[in-house]
Amino acid sequence: MDFDLTDDQRLLKDSVDRLIADRYDFEQRKKARTEKDGWSRAMWAQFAELGLLGLPFAEEHGGFGGGPVETMIVMEAFGRGLVLEPFLATVILGGGLVRRLGSAAQQDALLPQVAAGKLLLAFAHVERFSRYDLSDVQATATRAGDGWVLNGEKSVVLHGDCADKLLVTARTAGGRHDRAGIGLFLVDAAAAGVSRKGYATQDGLRAAEVAFANAPAEAVLGDPGGALPGVERVVDEAIAAICAEAVGLMQCMHDITVDYMKTRQQFGRAIGSFQVLQHRSVDMLVALEQARSMAMFATMMAADEDETIRRRSVSAAKVQIGRSGRHVGQEAVQLHGGIAMTMEYKVGHYFKRMTMLEMLFGDADTHQKIVSEMGSLF
Amino acid sequence: MDLNFTPEEIAFRDECRRFFRQEFPEAIRRKVLEGQHLTREEIVTSHRLLNARGWATPNWPKEWGGQDWSPVQLYFYQDEMQQAGVPSPLGFNTSMVGPVIAQFGNLATKERFLAKTANLDIWWCQGFSEPGAGSDLAGLRTRAERRGDTWVINGQKTWTTLAQHADWIFVLCRTDPAAKKQEGISFILAPMDTPGITRRPIQTIDGGHEVNEIFFDDVVVPAENLVGEVNKGWDYAKFLLGNERTGIARVGFSKARLKRIRELASLEHVGSHRIIDDPKFREKLSAVEIELKALEMTQLRVVAGDRKRDKGKPDPASSILKLKGSQIQQTSTELLMEVVGPYVMPFAMSDEGSGRNETGYGPDYAAGAAPAYFNTRKVSIYGGSNEIQRNIIAKAILGF
Ligand SMILES: Cc1cc2nc3c(=O)[nH]c(=O)nc-3n(C[C@H](O)[C@H](O)[C@H](O)COP(=O)(O)OP(=O)(O)OC[C@H]3O[C@@H](n4cnc5c(N)ncnc54)[C@H](O)[C@@H]3O)c2cc1C
Repeated sequence: MDFDLTDDQRLLKDSVDRLIADRYDFEQRKKARTEKDGWSRAMWAQFAELGLLGLPFAEEHGGFGGGPVETMIVMEAFGRGLVLEPFLATVILGGGLVRRLGSAAQQDALLPQVAAGKLLLAFAHVERFSRYDLSDVQATATRAGDGWVLNGEKSVVLHGDCADKLLVTARTAGGRHDRAGIGLFLVDAAAAGVSRKGYATQDGLRAAEVAFANAPAEAVLGDPGGALPGVERVVDEAIAAICAEAVGLMQCMHDITVDYMKTRQQFGRAIGSFQVLQHRSVDMLVALEQARSMAMFATMMAADEDETIRRRSVSAAKVQIGRSGRHVGQEAVQLHGGIAMTMEYKVGHYFKRMTMLEMLFGDADTHQKIVSEMGSLF
Repeated sequence: MDLNFTPEEIAFRDECRRFFRQEFPEAIRRKVLEGQHLTREEIVTSHRLLNARGWATPNWPKEWGGQDWSPVQLYFYQDEMQQAGVPSPLGFNTSMVGPVIAQFGNLATKERFLAKTANLDIWWCQGFSEPGAGSDLAGLRTRAERRGDTWVINGQKTWTTLAQHADWIFVLCRTDPAAKKQEGISFILAPMDTPGITRRPIQTIDGGHEVNEIFFDDVVVPAENLVGEVNKGWDYAKFLLGNERTGIARVGFSKARLKRIRELASLEHVGSHRIIDDPKFREKLSAVEIELKALEMTQLRVVAGDRKRDKGKPDPASSILKLKGSQIQQTSTELLMEVVGPYVMPFAMSDEGSGRNETGYGPDYAAGAAPAYFNTRKVSIYGGSNEIQRNIIAKAILGF
């Protein structure tokens, strides 16, 4: 085991860190939010130029050939920047699904475009009643001639409003909760029968409600009745990625809080001179380090071929991230006092993003249940 | 010791319940119970409905519109009101400036303000905190100088809740810069439309607008706007902050919120079963209920002790109520969010901050959940942060 980064990884880290430090401060982010998509196309082009949009893809697909550690490095930096762009939706989820489920021809057609920043993807999966259960799918896909048509509604599709193409789970057979009978379909967002309602999310990013009324699918990815295992695998990879993002958020909340404690004066001295507050910031650090460790664990295990080990490990990490994130977020606000309750101050935005990541793909209790039902971690 | 309520007390509780649930506008109550923000008009309407019955200011001296209720009666009044979703009368009027004027103001000040304050003909806001004076309130720097028959105020206040609706502000000002911190402060009243007062809204993280910054630039008010004596403002402020006794823990409010969580948990499903049927969830919910029950009993003990207490002197036990009460409020919003699930994500607040999902993303109760969680972080910050409450308990109860 070696916790040190390789030279190439260090290079990647330096360049992403520099990009976030130079081009992604709070004011720049605020401005990007007012752009048409709610994020910056110019920034997206920069990501493409740095090779980030092809980060996990093979070199023949215009990719960087990076593994889970590379994803972790980038996601942590994006957490620090509170990045608005659809990296998770397009590269990790969309790209991941194409990689894991698509045919060689489909990968050749789609991935290079994603890597070049010319194609935005989104993963349309959650439904009104499915909550965090990946096998709960009611949208349907039915055969029509050579192809498929989709019917149903998908909820809280991350960056679904700006996506060019949607990767949609739909049932081709079986009952509502059956693991078998779920397919993954590629649908052009502009196709007839697709309607979208985009909105801002609590953390300032974007999502959409998407409805399909006899919408034609462009393609099916993989076995039309057997997509679930692949989908689960990609979601696990995405969870590992957002664990890393959450570590970036927590790190920033902790740094900002400690800085503030050293400068904020009350009763004629810095509030950081109160030992009781020092201890609170120490407990935040402990929570952060536990989370960082588990984010690394998730990174290590997300590609494990053994499904049980992979699920259990990733869920364990999600539990830790959820609990640590809630603690660090709440304490960051509390130790600041009133200032942290305002939109004008940065820390509240970290707190909100952290809260959304805590809920995304299942909150801590949901994953706690998964871990406890899958036996011991040791 | 008799731990039962008397028949008279029970009868009083039932009368509160009947009035709040049967005579009070249903539409307003529903908005409160669903966690939506009220408009200025709705707040005024409901406050005046209470006042019409003499129930906006039961804690005031009887001659100025109070009810002379026992502490238990006051407790039931508040508990039933909060459980029914009836908005509490505006606290700045009824538990802050009103009691201060009634206790320390001269007759002219009382006659000028008390009736209008009770009826919300004047909407007051609280000008205490400053950018540099939060927990250390006595460090405030806004100055008032005596010039002839007037006070001239210069400085800045912040976090001023609902100042956008206010007609008047009560301001703590430094009137003797040479005196010890606490000894040179006065309590002065100013109309919000006085030239030199400007207001800047502050948006909170839930997207709402409930706080403001207020700037004072050579603001001139008549000398008679001073309440009580000059340089005694700190005593009045302490009286004011210690005055809010039984309501501080918001037990009734938390009861209503837990009830709502229980209802929503029977609407939302995980797989094929309702969330409320999940034993883990029920345990979590009942754990909060146990805490709340304990707090209710603690509150009743504190309330009962009130009979023997020197009125107007802050009781450090109220710090226990504030501490625990705020924690329970915060935990409940976490549960609320967990029940709602993925649909906490859409940010659906309108400019008015209605907190209601009018745009049709998911169930209509979803939109308020995350904003409630974010917003409720304030309850352990304002009115003396939880750290300050612990300091008070350590000093005043434990003698450290
Ligand atoms: C939503 C909201 C509404 C408000 N409404 C009003 C209003 O209407 N009118 C008004 O006048 N004010 C209002 N306030 C202000 C509120 O009372 C202050 O925010 C509060 O007093 C804390 O001050 P601060 O925010 O400056 O934090 P600070 O005092 O700077 O505190 C920062 C942190 O340090 C801690 N700390 C400070 N001193 C100590 C100590 N000695 N020991 C241990 N820990 C300490 C605090 O607990 C906190 O965690 C409001 C605040 C909020 C958030």
